[in-house]
Amino acid sequence: MTVLRDTWFMTVRQARNLMREPIWIVLLLVQPMVWLLLYGQLFRNVTRLGGFGTSSYITFLAPAIVVMNAFFGATWSGMSMINDLDHKVVERFLATPASRLSIVLSQIVRSALTAAIQAVIILVVSFILGVRIHTGVLGWLTIILAGILVNSAFAGISQAIALLTRREATMIAIANFIGLPLLFLSSTMIARPQMPGWMQSAASLNPVDWGVRAAREVVLPHTNWSAVGWRLLLLFALTAVTAAWATSTFRAYQRSL
Amino acid sequence: MDAIVVSELRKRYGDVQALDGVSFAVREGEVFGLLGPNGAGKSTTVRVLVTLTHPDSGSATVNGHDVIRNADTVRRSIGYVPQDSGVDQYGTGRENLMLQGRVQDMGGVDLHKRVDELLELVGIADAADRIVKTYSGGMRRRLDIALGLVHRPRVLFLDEPTTGLDPEARVAMWTEVSRLAESESLTILLTTHYLEEADQLADRLSIVSQGRVVVEGTPAELKRGLRGDAVHVELENGAVDEAQRVIASVGARPEQVVEGRIIVSRVTNGARELPGILSALESAGITVASASLSRPTLDDVYLHYTGREFSMEDSGR
Repeated sequence: MTVLRDTWFMTVRQARNLMREPIWIVLLLVQPMVWLLLYGQLFRNVTRLGGFGTSSYITFLAPAIVVMNAFFGATWSGMSMINDLDHKVVERFLATPASRLSIVLSQIVRSALTAAIQAVIILVVSFILGVRIHTGVLGWLTIILAGILVNSAFAGISQAIALLTRREATMIAIANFIGLPLLFLSSTMIARPQMPGWMQSAASLNPVDWGVRAAREVVLPHTNWSAVGWRLLLLFALTAVTAAWATSTFRAYQRSL
Repeated sequence: MDAIVVSELRKRYGDVQALDGVSFAVREGEVFGLLGPNGAGKSTTVRVLVTLTHPDSGSATVNGHDVIRNADTVRRSIGYVPQDSGVDQYGTGRENLMLQGRVQDMGGVDLHKRVDELLELVGIADAADRIVKTYSGGMRRRLDIALGLVHRPRVLFLDEPTTGLDPEARVAMWTEVSRLAESESLTILLTTHYLEEADQLADRLSIVSQGRVVVEGTPAELKRGLRGDAVHVELENGAVDEAQRVIASVGARPEQVVEGRIIVSRVTNGARELPGILSALESAGITVASASLSRPTLDDVYLHYTGREFSMEDSGR
């Protein structure tokens, strides 16, 4: 399987470059920490409104922050593709028998890997803040998986946009354009029953919300595993679709050469 | 057998006819130059040959394989050193080489040895484990070439190998390329817009202009084809037509090319005929700003076949 082999090698390249500047992982964690430490404290009494399923707002919030962070990371993942396009790294690979698919897939895998590392860090900090995941190891893995899937699904979109626009400025504009609306149209920060009706409907169609609810389910009492499974499956299907879209935009890019 | 056969390639980008029927053949083991100004179609030709770009029409084979139908086979047998590098700047030289080998199906001890050998061969062994971002221009170019050679290709494409290098590094690169052609027994297709580079490196060359091959031959053949020396006369003011008549009347060959206020004439023996030309111009009342004599150069070849001064066209783009 050349695709798998080449994807692995290309992911290693990107991951290694990322590790050379671990400062980026740290910087990318500043934002989730602000949400967790400041926002989480500021709104700690919001659970009194009811419908949160727990009286500890930080417990309610932590899994959602993992997913939110994975989502934001994904919206930027196309930047690295644009960098490779600009520096003709992609062209150099295209003149070799390297799997074409692996050039796109490795970008998504690298993005998901980053999200997974950040998820672990956020969960460890949450643990220190007193968040207890009663479902244990399986719960931890579920939250991380939700982060990975939300990240992959949106990384596919980000890669496609990068390949279509091939401009950093456009990427930044689009990332900002979809970032906050999708965040607020989800139950990341507030319990669903507290959202206006139309927002609840909108959230049902929002993949970020699918991830948030799958991740949150495992920290709340009476975990409904089949609901978790369905949402993860839905995210997995979406990832397949967006990755396919990214691949087709890559073919269009090749034809434009 | 010919290592590269190019036949009637055409490619259009929007309003620009980048290739307008390019044809040539490169023999196995030779260094072949595509010479022409920027925008002449050299890079597009190479991009078709390394399977990056599909031509609108025409065909090409490399090592006997069709570049469109058997693209992957072609990719395994060629090395491509693009005009703008393509190196991963945040990786080390060694990492770049290892990855390049891996996607070419190499691995294990063989790949490690080959990478060490190449680092040594192109002279960047000391910098092998440094991030490419810290390399000088010349070092990067050496790494580029090493990347093209990892999988021991039989044909190497060098697209503008010395553009952006300082004169010293350029000369060093020329030595390097000749040496590599020898030691790796390579067929090399090189594009350049430096006449002296083509003169130095190429066994044979094609001059490309506006998407087509204008003339082909060894540098010596092309220069010999010009017969005689070039007399460049620059006029003080614009009486070009009259000056041309005067020069022709002296017995200089009627073959003249005008670029602005400079008239270039071909004469059999420049040293003997120059004084006559100058005095004839003087008696006709035409003031000469400067006059010079040159043995045929590729510049003259270019001028002769395209009717345009090479450097002018290049900078005019």
